[in-house]
Amino acid sequence: MRQDHKYILEMIEPNSHVLDLGCGDGELLSLVMKEKKCRAAGIEIDEKAIYKCVERGVSVSHGDIDSGLADYSDKRFDYVILNESLQEVMNPEKVIAEALRVGKKVIVGIPNFCNLTARIQIFFLGRVPVTEGLPYKWYNTPNLRFLSIKDFRDFCADRSIVIDRECALGAQGEIAFAHNLLSDIAIFLIHK
Amino acid sequence: MNPRACVHLRPLKPCSSLLKMTPQFIETQYFTFANAPNEIVLKSGVKLGPVTLAYETYGKLNADKSNAILIFHALTGDAHAAGWHKDAKNPGWWDPMIGPGKAFDTDKYFIICANVIGGCKGSTGPSSINPATGKPYGLNFPVITIEDMVVSQKYLIDYLGIKKLLAVSGGSMGGLMALEWSVRFPETLQSAILIATNYKHTAQQIALHEVARQAIMADPNWNKGDYYGRELPAQGMAVSRMIGHITYMSERSMEEKFGRKLQGKEKVGYDFSHDFEVESYLKYRGASFVQRFDANSYLYLSKALDYFDLSENKDLVGAFKGVKNKFLIITFTSDWLYPSYQSKDIVRAMKANDVDVSFIEIETSYGHDSFLVEIDGQSKLVSHFLSNISK
Repeated sequence: MRQDHKYILEMIEPNSHVLDLGCGDGELLSLVMKEKKCRAAGIEIDEKAIYKCVERGVSVSHGDIDSGLADYSDKRFDYVILNESLQEVMNPEKVIAEALRVGKKVIVGIPNFCNLTARIQIFFLGRVPVTEGLPYKWYNTPNLRFLSIKDFRDFCADRSIVIDRECALGAQGEIAFAHNLLSDIAIFLIHK
Repeated sequence: MNPRACVHLRPLKPCSSLLKMTPQFIETQYFTFANAPNEIVLKSGVKLGPVTLAYETYGKLNADKSNAILIFHALTGDAHAAGWHKDAKNPGWWDPMIGPGKAFDTDKYFIICANVIGGCKGSTGPSSINPATGKPYGLNFPVITIEDMVVSQKYLIDYLGIKKLLAVSGGSMGGLMALEWSVRFPETLQSAILIATNYKHTAQQIALHEVARQAIMADPNWNKGDYYGRELPAQGMAVSRMIGHITYMSERSMEEKFGRKLQGKEKVGYDFSHDFEVESYLKYRGASFVQRFDANSYLYLSKALDYFDLSENKDLVGAFKGVKNKFLIITFTSDWLYPSYQSKDIVRAMKANDVDVSFIEIETSYGHDSFLVEIDGQSKLVSHFLSNISK
């Protein structure tokens, strides 16, 4: 099981109703359904990934998450997941606001753009970093937004969004301290 | 061509054993119901009976009758969805999708497909004999709606002893029927697969149909629908079919298929004979249409499509209240006749009702015809969707 999936699963109470924005090939949602007995639905923009979702028995809507949530009433879902998708949306502020509107809790997984390796590459090599969490070159990255763990904390603080849990992950697993310096990715459980 | 080819006169006997193994060739079966005084009451309030449905089945119904899937055909389709009729040149209209190991796997599922009422392929329609007069109904046939088609096929499912269908499915008009079945008989099915369809006909869809209808009705041979046993309205049918074919393709698919290629000549003729391949193609399609389809049926069925509006009594969201089955909704990027946004409206209304729906827009250039020719993507989706439903 992917490390980030393991920690996301731990944040989800059994028998919940879960929406995954940018659910990819449905791997995480199928775990959520099997391990946590949740009802689940996903939104995904990539046609090939949709076939995989249907194969896994994951209900999925082909569409883009920037314009996808108006269909849902307030607090419809127990959890809305935005794992590794927030940095790829056009309007993350709106997407998070919408996720918090339709979900009682929101799980956000972000790549940390300011970890030590990235900082070294920028500082000493003078190049845009390519790291574990950011495996792309500048010319082929799908990422539109570049943020760090601290940036996301600030974002939440400014909007009175409560961070219930913050889990920072490196190559060796969960990181206990200096999250912003040492982790590749971070997963937040938030609500408003 | 025998102009009465679409008139059926046989005494009809339903198949004696449903579990009978289908031999090498598929045979159409017939089910007659709604004999007087138990005629069905159509949406218009008019009574119709007796009603015959031509239908075919593929695969075996299992012991607890839980593996049945009802397929609905499109406007000019028929009950012959798969396999081969004896001496036929072509298999059924959805043969690439239905059969052993195919998307609708006949090794696992029992597939049923019936010709709609109003049609001309063995089910009661305007070319059938009106028992009151002993002559074909013609325009005395009552107006039929999508709801009437669905209700009449429920009789067939009841007759076959099936309480709960594993799925209903269809493309285009068949998709409208699958949608109508889902909201009308939600307790009778587990899932529905809607392909290249809509929940109401839009002004453009109605307009295109009206041009096709006018082409038929402007043909003097149409004779207010009374042409059986006489010269057929071939010219009107040809034009209506040409319009239809244009709407079923996309600009790109026409460009890829025909471009500006000339038909049987090196240079354009500077006359009004056929120069371009696309002209010959449409002419051929148009001319062959009258051989296989009844003009009045075309009028009735196209009208049925135009009348359909799932949101006519309540808003679309309200229409899906209480719907519990799962849905798979498929559209195609190049389908401009039933564009994807129409299915997205359906998805949105379903989501508002917490209905379990999966939606995909397949990238393809085949236009509306994609549901008949884009087999790879549809096969994967349908086979996986069904195997998850039947788990």
